[in-house]
Amino acid sequence: MGAGYLALQIFNGLVSGAYFALLSLGLAIIFGMMRIVNFAHGAMYMLGAFGAYLAAKYLGLPFWWALVLAPVAVGLLGALFERTLIRRLMPLDPLYNLLLTFGLALVIEDFMKLFFGTQGTPYAMPAGLSGVIDLGITVYPIYRLAVIAISTLVCLAVWFAIEKTPLGAKIRAATENPQLTEAFGIDVSRLTTFVFAFGVGLAGLAGVLAAPTTNVTPVMGSDIIITTFAVVVIGGMGSIKGSIFTGFIVGIIAALGAVLYPPIANTLIFLLMAAVLIVRPTGLFGAPEGQR
Amino acid sequence: MLEVRELHAWYDESHALHGVGLDVGKGEVVTLVGRNGAGKSTTLKSIVGIIRKKRGSIRLHDEPIERQPSHRIARMGVAFVPEERGIYAGLSVMENLTLPPVVGASAWPLERIFALFPRLRERARSPGTTLSGGEQQMLAIARALRTGPSLLLLDEPTEGLAPSIVKAIRDLILEIKRDGITVLLVSQNVRFAAKVSDRHYLMVNGRIVESLANAQVIDREHELLEYLGV
Ligand SMILES: Nc1ncnc2c1ncn2[C@@H]1O[C@H](COP(=O)(O)OP(=O)(O)OP(=O)(O)O)[C@@H](O)[C@H]1O
Ligand SMILES: [Mg+2]
Repeated sequence: MGAGYLALQIFNGLVSGAYFALLSLGLAIIFGMMRIVNFAHGAMYMLGAFGAYLAAKYLGLPFWWALVLAPVAVGLLGALFERTLIRRLMPLDPLYNLLLTFGLALVIEDFMKLFFGTQGTPYAMPAGLSGVIDLGITVYPIYRLAVIAISTLVCLAVWFAIEKTPLGAKIRAATENPQLTEAFGIDVSRLTTFVFAFGVGLAGLAGVLAAPTTNVTPVMGSDIIITTFAVVVIGGMGSIKGSIFTGFIVGIIAALGAVLYPPIANTLIFLLMAAVLIVRPTGLFGAPEGQR
Repeated sequence: MLEVRELHAWYDESHALHGVGLDVGKGEVVTLVGRNGAGKSTTLKSIVGIIRKKRGSIRLHDEPIERQPSHRIARMGVAFVPEERGIYAGLSVMENLTLPPVVGASAWPLERIFALFPRLRERARSPGTTLSGGEQQMLAIARALRTGPSLLLLDEPTEGLAPSIVKAIRDLILEIKRDGITVLLVSQNVRFAAKVSDRHYLMVNGRIVESLANAQVIDREHELLEYLGV
């Protein structure tokens, strides 16, 4: 296997890692603050892709506009779900919200199937990012490099916002002790809506980024979300840094593994997950509950 | 300025307060004393709205606050220093200090806080919980003062601290009092309470059973200490 081929696979791994990182980062901040596993995350990713597709088809909006507007729209939808449904179940066992979001995912997916079937539609490559570029070691599509760059930038910005800004301090405080944080004059309930909206907005962003490289279909969310949950388990629930890092690393490992031993391609991530669970049940970056 | 009437509070099904009534006037320092489990902390937590399951009336500046969410009560000028201090491990000392929004004109600027507690400036970037117990208590009080509260709720500020720190906290409360900030203090340390307070309420089993002037507390110190078992 030549170095060029290897580099190509690593880039491919980084591209899938870019999606995993955005998705698992969103799951992690939602889980950190609300202790719920958002099973509707894949559906939000799919809606992001459809947002881009519909905005182009009916409003003539180019990719770059969709990249901003579709995640915002998905975030607003998330805020609506949080305000009207999820929050009502928050006082109960987290399992209730797990069931609710799982149900939401099914409803959203079937709703989209009513209009778009399961066939899927292509989304045009954004102008200016089509074609390939010669990186010396290998030739690679420009758009895919842009995906890696955008995802990395967004992930770093989110990490920075959470770890280094006053808003991030409020989120961390509310994650650690919501009642007390509220007693310090911070509207934790509004903050929770914001965090949920932001988390699913990240899923929407991943969806927009994915739209030009895959078929936009109602089932694209359920295809990617299972793998993403494996990534989250490997990284450890709730860890910001962990979810970003694990997203990219797992993407690369899966891409390389698939080349070295093709039959393992679809199961490698799950084998990895099992191995991590045996050695470190809280995930690579997770602290045991009550010790975070 | 604070008026509590017939206050009942529950933890799930367990009935912790059974009709608490108390008044704190503007600029007063008032102490709640009582045995472990009497309901002192529960009273403070009910006033700031952390405990939602309650009945009765709580008025602040003549406005009912018993139905208000906790963050509104804080923004009306109530600052809370909890018994367990409430320092966040995930926030630096500086982030802990500046977490609550400034709500009143009497807000302490950071320079005043750092002049009094130089350690907080030195450790500003360390995680909050890496401070010593005494330093965490100072941080918790400083955090409350930075917001410029009109009512300060202090739960056992001297518990488990060395005598020199207890004395520093005493001086600080006297300084706060001179600034005209109203204080509702919970303390088992009768001697300490007598040095800073104007009045005292004795709490037994979720009720206020007696209101004592400071002179009475000083006279009955031994009796009270024996009763409290401390
Ligand atoms: N989180 C809780 N859940 C259930 N019951 C509680 C809780 N906190 C306190 N209680 C109960 O409520 C009653 C009043 O407790 P509270 O903490 O207000 O007492 P306190 O006077 O502050 O005591 P201490 O001097 O030990 O701090 C006690 O019977 C206690 O067991
Ligand atoms: Mg107490």
